[in-house]
Amino acid sequence: MSKHTLSILVENTPGILARVAALFARRGFNIDSLAVGPTEHSTVSRMTVVVDVADQPLEQVTKQLNKLINVIKIVELEAPQSVQRELVLVKVKADLETRSHILETVQLFRAKVVDVAPDSVTIEATGSEDKLDAMLRVLEPFGIRELVQSGMVAIGRGSRSMSDRALRPIERSA
Amino acid sequence: MSEPARPTPSDVARVAAAGVAPQLTGAQSLIRSLEEAGVDTVFGIPGGAILPAYDPLFDSPKVRHVLVRHEQGAGHAAEGYALATGKVGVCMATSGPGATNLVTALADAHMDSIPIVAITGQVPSAAIGTDAFQEADIRGITMPVTKHNFLITDPAEIPRAIAEAFHIASTGRPGPVLVDIAKDALQATAPFRWPDRLDLPGYRPAIRPHGKQIREAARMIVEARRPVLYAGGGVLKAKAWDELRRLADLTGIPVVTTLTARGAFPDSHPQNLGMPGMHGNVTAVTALQKSDLLIALGARFDDRVTGKLSTFAPDAKIVHADIDPAEISKNRLADVPIVGDCREVIKELTAAVEAEHKDGRRGDFTAWWRQLDNWRERFPLGYTTPDDGTLAPQYVIERLGRLVGSDAVYVAGVGQHQMWAAQFISYEKPATWLNSGGLGTMGFAVPAAMGAKAGRPDATVWAVDGDGCFQMTNQELATCVIEGIPIKVAVINNESLGMVRQWQTLFYDGRYSSTDLNGPPAEGRVPDIVKLAEAYGCVGLRCETADDVDGTIEKAMAINDRPVVVDFIVHRDAMVWPMVAAGTSNDEIKIARDMAPDFGEREE
Repeated sequence: MSKHTLSILVENTPGILARVAALFARRGFNIDSLAVGPTEHSTVSRMTVVVDVADQPLEQVTKQLNKLINVIKIVELEAPQSVQRELVLVKVKADLETRSHILETVQLFRAKVVDVAPDSVTIEATGSEDKLDAMLRVLEPFGIRELVQSGMVAIGRGSRSMSDRALRPIERSA
Repeated sequence: MSEPARPTPSDVARVAAAGVAPQLTGAQSLIRSLEEAGVDTVFGIPGGAILPAYDPLFDSPKVRHVLVRHEQGAGHAAEGYALATGKVGVCMATSGPGATNLVTALADAHMDSIPIVAITGQVPSAAIGTDAFQEADIRGITMPVTKHNFLITDPAEIPRAIAEAFHIASTGRPGPVLVDIAKDALQATAPFRWPDRLDLPGYRPAIRPHGKQIREAARMIVEARRPVLYAGGGVLKAKAWDELRRLADLTGIPVVTTLTARGAFPDSHPQNLGMPGMHGNVTAVTALQKSDLLIALGARFDDRVTGKLSTFAPDAKIVHADIDPAEISKNRLADVPIVGDCREVIKELTAAVEAEHKDGRRGDFTAWWRQLDNWRERFPLGYTTPDDGTLAPQYVIERLGRLVGSDAVYVAGVGQHQMWAAQFISYEKPATWLNSGGLGTMGFAVPAAMGAKAGRPDATVWAVDGDGCFQMTNQELATCVIEGIPIKVAVINNESLGMVRQWQTLFYDGRYSSTDLNGPPAEGRVPDIVKLAEAYGCVGLRCETADDVDGTIEKAMAINDRPVVVDFIVHRDAMVWPMVAAGTSNDEIKIARDMAPDFGEREE
């Protein structure tokens, strides 16, 4: 098993998330993480899906996804040629004694504090999965009260855009 | 009496030609869109949510509505229509149970790549999600069993949705498309505009194959020793039968036709080895096993063809051509993948092989043919005649094919009768053999035959059905009588669920759990199929002996003003042979119980 990051351009139509999610479930593919949001085109959304598969089924995953009418384009983004980021919000127990240690950790990982209470701080951090894991390992001993994490979003390096040439109308043949 | 004038379709056309988009209700817009899409027949049943559409449908001079007795029948009829005519079949149902009753037919069409469009009514948009009366999320329910589906809540979107539905259903790898329309969208008005172009940025089926792959395939063809053309249903979907014939004639390569490809290549052609698969003949199955090159054309390496996948055709290189890239290397890794329309692929492949021949490279398949002919001679299809005087089902089907001929359309259900009809009738022409392959839907035959006959009224259409299948959907005989669709039905009646019984005989020690359809305490025949046929207004005939078979078929052939149902009472222990038991290798093929073909010493 190995992880692959797929960027999927989809038509921004109702039910598209259900179509993609149901396809993964039905074909027995595992989703590790999923993020959906708007793009530079108002009619197009972009999904970033991290799938956990062997190489051969990955080809099946993309081929089956491509059969969905509302899926416009699929690109696999490999780590070295792309920027991949997740966002985490984490609420850590903090009293007078531990707060300065926690703030040090925040600085170390170039994260930031977004909320403070007498007995806790809430930290926002973005980064690769590895970086966020490392930060959470350091914060763990202080006591994590609550944690929420986004799916990964990713974009290719360089000047090319994934939506180039993907959005042309077709002539009807029938 | 003066009523407010309704705009007729020609009024609408006139206004449209003048460049002004006419204001139509969603219902009128739907019917007008169906007319624009070239629909001549719709199979359906009205109900609350779809009711607005039935009012303008009542007036349509172009669209005939066939009122079926169950929505599943509408769906299978649309499939039969599509398979027999090559056009998109259309069915219509109301929301909730009407729509869910279509699901089996949609799943069936999805498995066998049959172009149909289903129109369903939905509860008013404000009620969607409230568990309203007769509400079902049919778009959600049918997502996995349709090629695409739509939920429409705005009347202005109806023409585009219908245009896209027909385009998607009929192009690329064909399949079912469902359009669910909320009742308020059918009732509200909007300007009608039939789109002259479609904006489907995510849908661009590849038609033309890559030249490089074609040349590679051609090179492998002339270098192979034991090649087989493995023709699947895609040959029929792409209307590529003439091209297949030319390729076969040019190369001299043997052809196997899968269950969904029967008729794509004439059975009388000396290169046709017949049907491979679980109940394929020994030569077709073994040819695939021993082959060194399989040229798969619009076929998908289904488990019923390959048997145990890891032992399938172990020495064969694979050229796999399909219009659906996801089929290629899904089950068996392709050495040469070719994505494209079967007709284009075969045409270009033929040209590429011709070029090889011109350069003096030509395959020599003499030794291969010697072996194949040897198998054909030693292991022909056959059956034993019961010694108790009862009727062999295979004999009935064989005589039916012989007497009715190869111009007729044969439509089967699922089970033993289906396999015998695939084995013992000679198919010479495309679209003369319709059945449920991938999904294996019992009850397919009667409604699909009705759809085929509605689409091709001049053709003789025979449903070859089992008594189990027949009891699932025979109510459509009422539709056939009332709508004037005179199909003929041969019920191969063994008073049991024959194929399941066969498995119980072979794998469950003959313990016939729940497969007897006519046991005690029933007296006589339950149901009496002749009386049942007569109750519907059909002609009912019965045949119980071999001597009566020809006469009964001739009698049925002479009746053309009404449907005819023939109840052939057959021997119940007849089994379908050859057989590759589920999960075993094609090498384990049996020609009778515990009897493997003896290939002897001449086997390579």
